[in-house]
Formats: sequence, C-alpha cells, structure tokens
Amino acid sequence: MTASDSWISAQADWLGDRAEIRADRDCPCLMTSAEHVVDILRHLRDGPECRFEQLIDLAGLDYAEYGQDEWQTEEASAAGFSRASAAATSARFSFEDPHPPVTQNGRFAVAYQLLSLSHNRRIRVVASCASGAWPTLPSVRELWQCADWYEREAFDLFGIVFEGHPDLRRILTDYGFIGHPLRKDFPLSGHMEVRYDPGVRRVIYQPVTIEPRVTVPKVRRGQDHG
Amino acid sequence: MAEIHNYTMNFGPQHPASHGVLRLVLELDGEVVERIDPHIGLLHRGTEKLAESKPYNHSIGYMDRLDYVSMMCNEHAYVRAIEQLLEIEPPPRAQHLRVMFDEVTRILNHLLWLGAHALDIGAMTVFLYAFREREDLMDCYEATTGARMHATYYRPGGVYRDLPESMPRYQPSRFCSKRKARLRNRDREGSLLDFLEAFTGRFPGCVDEYETLLTDNRIWKQRTVDIGVVSPERALQLGFTGPMLRGSGIPWDLRRRQPYAVYDAMRFDVPVGTNGDCYDRYLVRVEEMRQSNRIIRQCVEWLRKNPGPVIVADHKIAPPPREEMKHDMEAMIHHFKLFTEGFCLPEGETYAAVEHPKGEFGVYLISDGANKPYRLKIRAPGFPHLAALDELARGHMLADVVALIGTLDLVFGEVDR
Repeated sequence: MTASDSWISAQADWLGDRAEIRADRDCPCLMTSAEHVVDILRHLRDGPECRFEQLIDLAGLDYAEYGQDEWQTEEASAAGFSRASAAATSARFSFEDPHPPVTQNGRFAVAYQLLSLSHNRRIRVVASCASGAWPTLPSVRELWQCADWYEREAFDLFGIVFEGHPDLRRILTDYGFIGHPLRKDFPLSGHMEVRYDPGVRRVIYQPVTIEPRVTVPKVRRGQDHG
Repeated sequence: MAEIHNYTMNFGPQHPASHGVLRLVLELDGEVVERIDPHIGLLHRGTEKLAESKPYNHSIGYMDRLDYVSMMCNEHAYVRAIEQLLEIEPPPRAQHLRVMFDEVTRILNHLLWLGAHALDIGAMTVFLYAFREREDLMDCYEATTGARMHATYYRPGGVYRDLPESMPRYQPSRFCSKRKARLRNRDREGSLLDFLEAFTGRFPGCVDEYETLLTDNRIWKQRTVDIGVVSPERALQLGFTGPMLRGSGIPWDLRRRQPYAVYDAMRFDVPVGTNGDCYDRYLVRVEEMRQSNRIIRQCVEWLRKNPGPVIVADHKIAPPPREEMKHDMEAMIHHFKLFTEGFCLPEGETYAAVEHPKGEFGVYLISDGANKPYRLKIRAPGFPHLAALDELARGHMLADVVALIGTLDLVFGEVDR
C-alpha cells in the first residue's frame, strides 16, 4: 500500500469489523460478507472522501479448487508419468464424478472493481456469497445501473443469485443451456455438443464425444524454484 | 377506431448493421422504439474458462481475438496484469514499441468504426477511404509480427521481437504494372520506421478527407446530432468509458490520468464533447486519430535514437535468443521448461486496465501460485455500452437504432468473450 492509499486507513474506523482491508499490488481491497456489502458499496459511492462514481467491473469467483495442483511436484520423482494423469481438478473431470456441494462455505464470491474519477483511485471489494441452495448476494443495481448486466453474467456463469435484481436471466450462454460454465466443477469441454444431422436434416444436441484432457498440467512452484 | 398495440420486432442476429452477431428484440410503437432487449452471447467462446486451463503465455493469442479490431491493446492489458504480479518492468524500448503499436491499433480501430458507422447510415465513400489507410497499418503489423491481425506480439516482459529493417514490397504482376508497383513502393524503400513516419506525414490529410465528407455534411448531421444524448451523470451510472464518456464531456483518459507504459512522456490532447450525442462522439474519435498520429510520431523519433533490448533478460519469463540455444545447455533447458510448463506467478490478485480504443479494457487476474491463471476476468468496454442501448434508444425512431449501434463501437468478440 502506498502513501496515496492512506485514505483507506482513514476508512478503517467506519468499516469496523464489517470488512478486512488487504493491500493488493494494484489497489486496496476490502474483504467483506453478503450482509454488509451494500452498505459498504453505498458508503464508497457517496462518502465525500471516497466518491467511487463508477462500477468498472463485477466478477464472479469460484474458490473450489484454489491452490490445487494437477501435478504433485513434491512426490513426483518416485511416481513417474502417471502423476499427471491422476490429478483430479476440473480439467481432468470425468462425467461420473460427484459434484462438490454448492453450499460449501466461502466457495463463491463476487469482486467489484470501483473507480473514482474525482480522486483518481481504484478499489476492489470482494464479497463472499451467503451459502444455501444457491450462493446469494444482494443486488447493487440500485447503486450503479451497469451492475444489471454484470449480475446477469455472474448468474449465468457461476449461478450466483442476486437478490432484488429485477430481471435475472442468462445472458451469454445459449438459449436453454443447463449448468454454470465458469464453475470449477463444470468440464472445459462442456456436457453437450451440437452437430448437423443429415438424417433429420437439422442441428441436434448430443453428449460430448471428446475426451477431457490436460495438455499442460497445472503446477505450483515456490518463488525460489529453479 | 381500432386499438393499435405495440408490436415486437426481431433485429439480427445476421444483420449488416449489427456489427457481428447481435440480436435485438425491439418493442415498437409505430416507428418509435419503446424498449430494446439485446440478446448477446452468440459469439461466446468461453475465453475466460479456456485461459484457466492453459499456461499464461498460451492465452496471449486469445486476447487478440477478443476485440478483433484492436488486437494489440487487448494483449497490452493482459501482459500488464502478468507483469504487475511478477513485479517486472519491460525495457524502455519495449515500452515505446507498445505505445506505438497501441496507437497504430487505435487508428485501425477508429478507421474501421468510422467506415462502418458511415456505411450504416448512408455514406459509402468513407468506408473505401478508411480501408485504404488501414491497409498501410496492417502492413506494419505484418512486417513486424508476421500477422495482419492476430499478432500475439506483446509478451510478459516486453515484445516478441524488434522492428524489421525493411518493408515488404509490391512485385510487378499481371494485376500491378511496373509503374504502379514503383508508385506503391515509394515509401517502402527504407525501414518500417521510415514507412510509419511517411504515414504519419500524410495521415492528417487523410483525416481531413474524411472530415470533408462528413463533418459538415447535412445528411450526416441529421442522422447523428441529438441522437442518443447521454448526460455526464448517466454516463458514469451506465459504466461508460473511453470515447463514450469523453463524448459526454468528462475528460477522463487512462493514458493521461493513470499513465502506463511511457504515456507520461508523450504529448497529446484529450478531446471531449459537449452534448454527448452521436455527433460529438464522432468528433471525439476523429480527433483521437489525429492525437494518435502525434504519439506515433514521437515514438518513431524515440525508437530511431534508442536501440536496445525489447524483452527482459530473465529466461524464466522470456525465451533465450535462438543462437544462444545452439551452444548453451542452460539456455536449452530454459527454453524447454518455458514452452512446456511456462512460468508460475506469485499468489495474489491484480487488476490492470488500459485505455483501449473503445474504453477501459481491464484484466482481473487471480493467481494461486500456479503456471495457469486461477481466474481471469476480462472487463470489456463494449459490455456496459451495449447494456445502455435500451436507455439510449427509448423514444428514438427505428432508423436511429442503427446510428446508436454504430456510435457504441461494438465488437462482439469482446462483448461476448
């Protein structure tokens, strides 16, 4: 956190225990929960020393596989080449695998990127979703009109439900699409594929015929590696 | 008298004025638009999901294909996000090359926008003029990177290679006489920098030509003045950035307010509009082309005087030079590891934005310490712009919808991702 970000420390009193301030490389970041997020965002928009007039971006996040490798580097030397194919992250997903429970605490979150034109500052607010049958968050469409489509997108891709959104429909995926494709348990190849069937003379849907595979396994190496 | 209800009309997805695959469901009262429901996602390719399954270097090419008329600017946001997490700084020559190609790209984008927008609302010639100049800039892309559009030129830590010493030339053929070839090769005798300098010399005259055709044109003004007026307050609410925001009179330009690369060393003006209508946004974009031309000129001057490396020397991030690999085992291993496994980023989150020709193009990158991004969110400027189409078009005539789609400068590669 640089000196120009000292304004955020001044907000610490107001925030109290509602949010945790984290210093990221680019801008400060507030970590909060579903119950406080609207209050905090309203304060950031209207507070005289905040004045974040613009919601630049809203991104759904799924932390289900955070920090998992596809290639165990530590025990790798003994195990040989099977080490890469035995990994069990989403890229390796097989269709028989049970889905991890949606209600897992802290799995889903939403990141709001705010921009203040008057103070020339940015801030990021990350709110973890309330868990239940669906991950939920309150809608911020009343604060920034552009949140309308962003929330539809996060609903479409992650299945995050924004309470109070007037028109929460799918936006990017196909008409009649099933599932939420950016969730980590959704396979990269998808579940269905389309092709033209010369017999019935129209485009038909069928289960995917391609094998999921990993070309480059995901590895995590420490910064002192190599 | 019979009661006349509103009726619903479908527009697109294949319609020449929809600039790609946009489907609009229009609710009309006679010829007046009551409501628009844009249906997007027809070009959704899951770029963000694909990037999660590939090492960082493999996704640079996907960035080109997002907004496929301003390729290098997309790459710039992506490599900047990686550089921010790695905490590395490209060498100054690479920074100048990036700024120069960003501005070349901005002109490419605005030329396509101008040509297509004019064509949509009835002016044919501008399109032909704009593509004449685009061809020269495409040649610069091709001479430097080998590709006319999807360049994959920017790399984490610099750019792929330095500028070429010569420009490719036209050969006389059945379609191109000797005299014509000589005429076309007039500016191609020297290096790429000579060619670009000659271009910056004649380009302001070309912009004057477009302006002669449009700026005071009565029909052009009838189609654009007072169409789609956005107040500054609404522009902020709707998440507008770039020329859409400046057209409404807010002097906000990331190149000026949050400078990246070497924009703080460049002299240029930021044009703003006053009324926030389609005509003002047209004027803003035309002036931006002139300012980009100025910046290219400054970069050309700098690049002539300052040779040097164009990518960092850290072979964990950038590949070693080809001849080094022929005799150095260490370089060979670096090359192998870099291209099979890639490099790992330290754990953390960052958001990097650039002033893209269409607005703020940002990349939000989350790394869990692996060689692939954990989450990559692309902030496409066109997405909130298109979301505002409903508000912009209400109360306008059906024909104005085409002018509004044009003024938003939409490209579906980035809206749908």
